[in-house]
Amino acid sequence: MPDESRHAPVALDVNTFIGGYPFRHIPHPEPEILVRVLAREGVAQAWVGHLPSAFHRDPSAGNAELIAALAPHAAVLRPAPIVRPDWPGWRDALGALVQAGVPAIRAYPQLWGMAAGDTRLQELGAACARAGVALVLTVRFEDLRQRHPLDVAGDLSAAHVRELVRSGCGARVVVTAAGREFIEEVHWGLTPVERAQVLFDFSWVWGPPSDELATLFRTIGSDRFVYGTMWPLRLTQGARANLALLPEELARQPLAVP
Amino acid sequence: MSATTPLGGTLPLIDVHAHFFQPEGGRADWATLNARRLEGGARIGITYHVASVLGSWGATSPTYFQSPNDTVQGNDFMLVVQADHEDCVRAYVAVNPNDGDFALDEIDRCVARGAVGLKLAAARRCDDPLLDPVIERAQLHGLPVLHHIWQHRRRHWPSQDISDGADLATLAGRHPDVSFILAHIGGGGDYQHTFAAVRDVPNIYLDLSGSGIDRGMLDDALRAVGAQRLLWGADITLCTGLAKLWALEVIGLSDGDLADIRWRNAWRIFPSGAFPVLSEAAHA
Repeated sequence: MPDESRHAPVALDVNTFIGGYPFRHIPHPEPEILVRVLAREGVAQAWVGHLPSAFHRDPSAGNAELIAALAPHAAVLRPAPIVRPDWPGWRDALGALVQAGVPAIRAYPQLWGMAAGDTRLQELGAACARAGVALVLTVRFEDLRQRHPLDVAGDLSAAHVRELVRSGCGARVVVTAAGREFIEEVHWGLTPVERAQVLFDFSWVWGPPSDELATLFRTIGSDRFVYGTMWPLRLTQGARANLALLPEELARQPLAVP
Repeated sequence: MSATTPLGGTLPLIDVHAHFFQPEGGRADWATLNARRLEGGARIGITYHVASVLGSWGATSPTYFQSPNDTVQGNDFMLVVQADHEDCVRAYVAVNPNDGDFALDEIDRCVARGAVGLKLAAARRCDDPLLDPVIERAQLHGLPVLHHIWQHRRRHWPSQDISDGADLATLAGRHPDVSFILAHIGGGGDYQHTFAAVRDVPNIYLDLSGSGIDRGMLDDALRAVGAQRLLWGADITLCTGLAKLWALEVIGLSDGDLADIRWRNAWRIFPSGAFPVLSEAAHA
């Protein structure tokens, strides 16, 4: 295996955050560190969420903090703020964020008590589609086995994603931290047209010997996947290690550009 | 670095927590899984896989509560893999401590055929005195004991009588001359609890394996027990093992500490002669 697999340039990491996590200490989750890590790992740009805001009731203060914190690093770090479609004034908030040039919006329906098929999420998806921004959904922040006793919200379900896409909202949906079964359940539960609207990162898909990533590249295609690491919660080396261990015939398969 | 440079670098590397699958184990793809482990290991640069087969992997008795028949069948297969890949595979003997004298005889039988370590899973909580004769037999043979662990056992979990770091600390305290390998700090549960529980138990080594690649986990493990009590491993996800190897290179370790984690600590705690390929490097 050529060493290029370790340092090959990557255009975009869709799954990064800044800020602390309520349930354990995260070392140095600052934007300056993220910029350094991306440079070290050969990643040109990242979509960056604000981790604490995922657990806030009103995300607006965290969104403002995110945009201000990333401004000095605008060429590398692109904000992916939160819009809660059950919060008064969310359409105005989305409009302002789009005006500010954000490439993606993050939503956490499982943390907001929204079941699969909730029409408010579908309305957010439709608004994102009209605005030309991606909608990022996160399956999990941590392994279910290590959750803090207060962390009881559960994971995003595959049904959340299927119902959202089946609604015809037209959003470009990027699902992060999904496992193989989740990905297969969503992909094969949609029509070919619907499938084209959903991309997955592979931060929670395993390599050899079970070769889940290789299997997914063969069955649903590498073009359904985007690069995502979940920094600072997880090691940024994980995604690249997974690509480096793909069987030779899959080693240079192109990923999607969201 | 050349096109053939191992992804994990050229220094020796011992995976202290590996598994192989067997034909009677209920997985039709067992041979593919085993082949892919060896292929993946070669690409990473794993010098030795120290591995176990846990009985029938649930086909005819539960993975963590293996029957005597399955114990023999699994160990026999593991010893065959070791014989077939003498240059890069070493075997643990895996036993169910509930089986008493049978377990002791099985340890003797497998050591005579070349097993280099004892693997205990989750058939009995490890602070139970019932484990003592099994540990004493491991000590007699000079074997380290790899013990399956749930990081912070807050309740019973299905399919296993699980132990955590505090339980292993109790067992290790009763057997201070035996080296215990606490399994997969990335294998599920709260590893921060584990670090606190074993910090002051010098005969417990932490194996870094498991699918979990939380940022901060390696740094915290290092702070808790030091580089001389960390052992690299992958368990069943080689990709996360490689990610941790790469992370170890950037967390400020000295070359000596990195070598200790990659292989020298394992060299010290496994029986003399367990890793002949590394003999020259060890004496360099």
